[in-house]
Amino acid sequence: MIKVEGLTKRYARNVAVKNISFEVGKGEIVGFLGKNGAGKTTTMRVLTCFLPPTAGKASVAGFDVLEQPLDVKRNIGYLPETPPVYPEMEVSEYLEFVAKLKNMPSGDIAKRIDEVCERAALGDVKHKIIGKLSKGYRQRVGIAQAIIHNPPVLILDEPTSGLDPEQQLHVRELVASLSGDHTIILSTHILSEVEASCSNVIIINNGEIIASDSVANLHKRGKAFETVSIQVAGGDPVSVRQRLEEVRGVARVVSKDSKEGLVALEVESLEGEKDMLRPDLARAVVQSGWNLTELKTIGDSLEEIFLDLTRAESAKKEGESVTQ
Amino acid sequence: MRNILTICSKEIKSYFVSPIAYLLMGLFGLIFGYFFYSATAYFVMAGMRAQMQGGGGPMSVNEYVIAPLFGNASVVGLFLIPLISMRLFAEEKRSGTIELLMTSPITDWEIVLGKFLGAVFMYLCVLAMAGANVALLFIWGNPDWRPVLTGFLGLALQGATVLSIGSFISTTTKNQIIAGAATFSICLLLWVLSWVSSYNEAGWAQVIAYCSILTHFEPFSKGIIDTKDVVFYLSAIFLGLFLTTRSIESMRWRA
Repeated sequence: MIKVEGLTKRYARNVAVKNISFEVGKGEIVGFLGKNGAGKTTTMRVLTCFLPPTAGKASVAGFDVLEQPLDVKRNIGYLPETPPVYPEMEVSEYLEFVAKLKNMPSGDIAKRIDEVCERAALGDVKHKIIGKLSKGYRQRVGIAQAIIHNPPVLILDEPTSGLDPEQQLHVRELVASLSGDHTIILSTHILSEVEASCSNVIIINNGEIIASDSVANLHKRGKAFETVSIQVAGGDPVSVRQRLEEVRGVARVVSKDSKEGLVALEVESLEGEKDMLRPDLARAVVQSGWNLTELKTIGDSLEEIFLDLTRAESAKKEGESVTQ
Repeated sequence: MRNILTICSKEIKSYFVSPIAYLLMGLFGLIFGYFFYSATAYFVMAGMRAQMQGGGGPMSVNEYVIAPLFGNASVVGLFLIPLISMRLFAEEKRSGTIELLMTSPITDWEIVLGKFLGAVFMYLCVLAMAGANVALLFIWGNPDWRPVLTGFLGLALQGATVLSIGSFISTTTKNQIIAGAATFSICLLLWVLSWVSSYNEAGWAQVIAYCSILTHFEPFSKGIIDTKDVVFYLSAIFLGLFLTTRSIESMRWRA
């Protein structure tokens, strides 16, 4: 559905995107992950024909962004970072305007506005002035605007930025509900969002793709050892600690602040021994007659993998520049 | 065509849901009304005096009231038009909605033409206030309607010219105030360009004077439609719109 080959975008002074290539298949939801200024928005703007590429090719639904921009635009719904709304318009009036802009047949527009309002939970503000809506509603109007002409491809630039957690959840659910019929690229710097809604991730740093994989595979790439936080009730700190240190595969145990009969510890496994660590710890605690009240992995989230990857990349860069 | 209408009607709506439209129409109505009252009152007084002295033939309303009024209206228009054109693109650039327009399946020409026609419509609404005044002359007098028509045609052409220049200037900035001030300065300059020819006979001075936007208007107010003037206005409008389109296009490349 989306194909990018050797795409480079140079601004007057700096290169925003360097020679990136990727492909997105039909119906996939791809998370575009990167720090601020990594090149996410630039890539999206090239795909939506807002900016032309400096070099390389990009095509959407089989149409080239430089050769057939009108066809590309017809096949894309785009939510820029700030929702492109006119504050003086009513929600329904605005959606009608966008529907006409996207060349929808006039007969279908009224019905489609109703559908989209329902989908984006805008029913109760349909006849309100957009300028008076909260940020969360405005963002939803932005999403409604992107899907109004039912485009095969959706490009959403940070759809949850600036929203409160509940609104984020709403938007995430909305995006997830769109996944069946649309191919979606969404950019974000919030990792949990990618985990929640995307099948694939493209991690971009300083204008280059440093990882492009499924969420599950990225998790497997994590580090070889594991750190576990454990809380035990009913034992004294010293004996609990001794017992846990005896468990196979444990590298070290660190005491955390214990209170009211609860012993809190952090256990780090040896390299390559992480798979059986949690079951073994649990068994050890229970067999000693104590109660296990908490057992969870620390880190090893996508967050850490992301930070590791971006740091490794930056370090490599520095190394290169030193040798030069 | 449908895209142009979509953009155009959106522009018109946004003038009329904000106070801009009513403010401009009110201000113009007030100022033009004062001019109109002064001109008519003076005409009536002069007419009475001429009758008392028993001299002279009948005085022409067209010549003594309407033609000077058109001159005034065109100058007032120069001051008000920047207020119409300044928001055209600057506002969209500031709020980011330009990204919606430029990622929709419409061409840059359609965006520019739609917005320009919306602004022209707004300006015609402002002119309608003058029309209301002039209509009074037709109710209580018997002026020739043809010079009135050409006068309004001239005003419309002159206004459209300035609007096209203003919309170009509006594409170059995110700041409405800057767009308005720059357009206003250029309007003022275009107005006084003709002065050059009064103290300099050289060829270049004639060329500069020819570019003055007001000298091309005078024939219209007297009831003359000169092709030279029509061509001047139409080509200036085309140039303005061409620059606007190019400027929008260059936003993609310069970004």
